[in-house]
Amino acid sequence: MRFVDEYRDPHRARLLLERITAVTSRPWTIMEVCGGQTHTLVRSGIDEVLPAPIELVHGPGCPVCVTPAEVIETACRLAGEREVTVCSFGDMLRVPGAGRDLLGVRAAGGDVRVVYSPLDALAVAEQEPHRTVVFFAVGFETTAPATALSLLEARRRGVRNYLVLSAHVRVPPALEAILGAPDTRLQGLLAPGHVCTVQGLDEYRAVVERHRVPVVVTGFEPVDLLEGILACVAQLEEGRAELENRYPRSVRPEGNPAARAVLDAVFEPVSRAWRGLGVLPGGGLGLRADWRDHDAEARYTPAPPAADDGRCRAALVLTGRLRPDACPEFGTGCRPEHPLGAPMVSTEGACAAYWHAGRTRRLAAAP
Amino acid sequence: MNTGEDRSGTGAGAERPELSCPVPLPPGDRIQLGHGGGGRLTAALIRDHLLPAFGDPELARLADAATLEVPGGRLAFTTDAFVVQPIVFPGGDIGSLAVYGTVNDLAMMGARPLALAVALILEEGLELGTFDRVVASMATAARRAGVRLVAGDTKVVERGAADGCYVTTTGIGVVPPGVEVGPERGRPGDAVLCSGPIGVHGVAVMSRRAGIGFDTDLHSDAAPLHDLVAAGLAAGGVHALRDPTRGGLAAACNELAQASGVSIVLREDALDVPGPVAAACEMLGLDPLHVAGEGICVALVAPEDADRVLAAWRAHPSGRRAARIGEVRAGPPAVWLRTGLGVHRPVQVPTGEALPRIC
Repeated sequence: MRFVDEYRDPHRARLLLERITAVTSRPWTIMEVCGGQTHTLVRSGIDEVLPAPIELVHGPGCPVCVTPAEVIETACRLAGEREVTVCSFGDMLRVPGAGRDLLGVRAAGGDVRVVYSPLDALAVAEQEPHRTVVFFAVGFETTAPATALSLLEARRRGVRNYLVLSAHVRVPPALEAILGAPDTRLQGLLAPGHVCTVQGLDEYRAVVERHRVPVVVTGFEPVDLLEGILACVAQLEEGRAELENRYPRSVRPEGNPAARAVLDAVFEPVSRAWRGLGVLPGGGLGLRADWRDHDAEARYTPAPPAADDGRCRAALVLTGRLRPDACPEFGTGCRPEHPLGAPMVSTEGACAAYWHAGRTRRLAAAP
Repeated sequence: MNTGEDRSGTGAGAERPELSCPVPLPPGDRIQLGHGGGGRLTAALIRDHLLPAFGDPELARLADAATLEVPGGRLAFTTDAFVVQPIVFPGGDIGSLAVYGTVNDLAMMGARPLALAVALILEEGLELGTFDRVVASMATAARRAGVRLVAGDTKVVERGAADGCYVTTTGIGVVPPGVEVGPERGRPGDAVLCSGPIGVHGVAVMSRRAGIGFDTDLHSDAAPLHDLVAAGLAAGGVHALRDPTRGGLAAACNELAQASGVSIVLREDALDVPGPVAAACEMLGLDPLHVAGEGICVALVAPEDADRVLAAWRAHPSGRRAARIGEVRAGPPAVWLRTGLGVHRPVQVPTGEALPRIC
């Protein structure tokens, strides 16, 4: 597969590892922001073969994980309405809300469907005009344009029974919250390459200027990540704090203007609660006022704030304060088949990454 | 018909309502509940659609049970239900899949398949054309696998109570004297062989799934494996066999590791993941190790015999891309993948329903 195989090349990876080892003289703590990056790191075992002084801290970049329980409960309530069909990505179905998940609501007779794209949800609305079809939209600035596009299409085709329950979130406010915390240990960031592909570099240049830490825009394959880590460590060793784009095959400085235009036509930044980080000003994307007729939050009453399962320490994991395998519930009380919280469910969740890479005590004996 | 005002027999020609004498309509081109009622429609379905397709004299007796002469050896006996959706997919349909699936379950015990019994659960409204296609492909598959179809049953359920067509196949076969294979017989040092590329069936089915559909040239690899298995057994040293269907290579190897009480180490660079499978998995967020094949098998083989078994497989049309993909080691039951970076990553069985109704 072109654009994939060359970035998984073991030979290139080993050369980069040698260079990282050569430039590293002392301990550095670096956060990879995106959950997709976490999965690659853990899956390929990069975090195990990096020189010991480099500590990777897993960031909040899993949109499913940061969706708070009350929003999931709102989706569950909607799915329980007789005339409503809730469509969402598969990951969302197993994330526990206030004591239940969408999969359970479906088993109890609710109409919940897995889609791979918001346009599929729109197609359901078109095919079943007597039902109210709600797309439960999660994701960062990467997936929000697709949701926006489905709404523009809905209006163009006159599909009035298509609503969106937006749980879309924006990355920069979360980085502000994490880097601005008085106890932060982070010295460098690997920025999420796909978000930057849409949004461009300006927001991340601002992070560098405000917090004086190196920010390296990084891709998602093993070679991408090793290049990002090398660039970040090199900056730290040389005392530099700059914005660097190590994912130029996808990221342009100005981002993707077409995607941003679509996003801006439908969404605006709003305050949004993040699981683990609390309410972040500008942390979410809400539908603009002239899209109220397609806004599920305007049509239905959202669920009141709900507490997470007290045993889940997602808040600490999502802010890089607790490694998944250091959580007392990891692999015992909390496993993918009975998760206590979202990070064990999502394909981008740090706890799931650790679990699927076998970072459990039970499997500690590798050959 | 009582319209509330008896006007029959008044001779008012055009005004007179139609007599509603219950002459049944011809059954049409769809399955009806009556096709499962045990009456004339059922008899017609069996006579006109099933018996001609299968053409087996034992089946044609329409006895309560088939009776068979069985050659010497141990009897292998298995059953499998098929609910694949869609019913028809690139490279096959639920009928051929149901035959090969059960034939292969017998083959994995080293058995020569003898005969199958088939139970069909049909949804009211299923198009007869689809039904005929499934039955025909079942017959073709049985002929290709050299197995007789000697007994069966058909039921029809109301529209909405099933999804088109479910098939259950039960098979018997004979394990020839001297053949000893079983999932618990793997030993440290054994070579792990895989008879072909992984994940093909799963991706071919997913590519036609409503809501996912994508373009691919892949066709399901569903095929009978008993011949390939026999060729391997003749070469010697085969300890354990498993076909990586649901749950893919990950599940098959984990099951073998558990049953034999050993560790299995696979080499990432030795796995045959076809480009379209890799691309589809990338897109859908799946691990190719979790995706089903229906025409491949994994074998744990004594190291000194591995090359001979591999050569025998490669000489067989179903095993041209067979490869040695890893080895068995002493250790707690687990499966590991040695990645390109030299790190050992555990290969876990999938959680939940990443790929529901793939077979």
